[in-house]
Amino acid sequence: MRHVFSLRIGPVGFRVGADWREPIEALRALYDDYPKPHDGIPDFSVRLFAARRWRRWVRPSITIGGDYVLPDAAPLPLPLGLLAAEMGMNLQMALGQRRYLLLHAATVERDGRALLMTGVSGAGKSTLAALLMVRGWRLMGDEFALLDPATGLLHGFPRLVSLKNRAIGVVEQALPAGKFGPLQADTPKGDIRHLKPDAASVAAMDVPARAVAILFPSFGHAPDMRPVPPAETFVRLTQASTNYVALGERGFGALTHLVATVPTHAIDYPDAETAVAMVERLWEQAA
Amino acid sequence: MRFRAPAVGVLRIMPLDELTAIYHRASGQTHLVASPVPEILAALAPAPATLDELLARLAAGYDVVDPDAEALSARVAELVALGLVQCA
Repeated sequence: MRHVFSLRIGPVGFRVGADWREPIEALRALYDDYPKPHDGIPDFSVRLFAARRWRRWVRPSITIGGDYVLPDAAPLPLPLGLLAAEMGMNLQMALGQRRYLLLHAATVERDGRALLMTGVSGAGKSTLAALLMVRGWRLMGDEFALLDPATGLLHGFPRLVSLKNRAIGVVEQALPAGKFGPLQADTPKGDIRHLKPDAASVAAMDVPARAVAILFPSFGHAPDMRPVPPAETFVRLTQASTNYVALGERGFGALTHLVATVPTHAIDYPDAETAVAMVERLWEQAA
Repeated sequence: MRFRAPAVGVLRIMPLDELTAIYHRASGQTHLVASPVPEILAALAPAPATLDELLARLAAGYDVVDPDAEALSARVAELVALGLVQCA
């Protein structure tokens, strides 16, 4: 491909190639100090290409390809190139990751112990993770948590934080010095702006941590908190995993051990500030 | 008709709370089951049994509040359909 950028996010190396300069420049700007893949060999390749030659110039539209593809994915216009690159990398993980049990969850860490937050899209995982990062937590990832079946440890995957719609303003205000990507308006999920994890989170990306608390946050309700029993947590996390079935017994062993040993709570919250306070209070109790 | 539990090692059984997770190695499927399923599997483990024998083993080993052969027959039929219990 004409334009290429390689990077490593936690244990996973990517090579992203594109027909256009813009998406690669955007990646290079926001992932500037990320390491390269181990031994220079990526785990996954992403290709951002024009499905027809003229689509490179005329109303340029990006088709997302790579080692793993979704055959019916709609192309994205060139101004959403960074989003296309991020989606391409996510897709490789969701469809191709076999070493780690992949949980659709945000993870933050403090004092060597990790908090796993999972929930449906819009529950506020990314917003909460970003705001906790502002308050000194290490951001291990806002999208995928990588649970190692061999050790039970969570590995960081601190890709760009994907902030959507109202969360964009909330985090911009909380982190005026943050490094943000371009505002990508009118995507299939509304407005999206990416935030680069802070320097401490990037520097510590290779340090795994043990989960000591699991949270199911839910935005838009009066503050409430309730413990979630292990079996319910197990069901929810199998639903939040893209590769539970593919991992077979390794996934079963890793997930049953996680839910049997880590206390879980569901929290309802009306706004991000309340949620952060609830999380920190819960964390103190867990300590 | 006699019923038997899968051979040792076919199931991986992990009690979580009131529910128990079972990994069925032969199919790669995960089952989340409630009482009396773990008890039925445990009662069948030593040797195959008819329904009456199974009911007697359960009554001997657990506090069976309402021993009901018909209900037990329905549960066992479900387990046979899932592949967690086999007809001997």
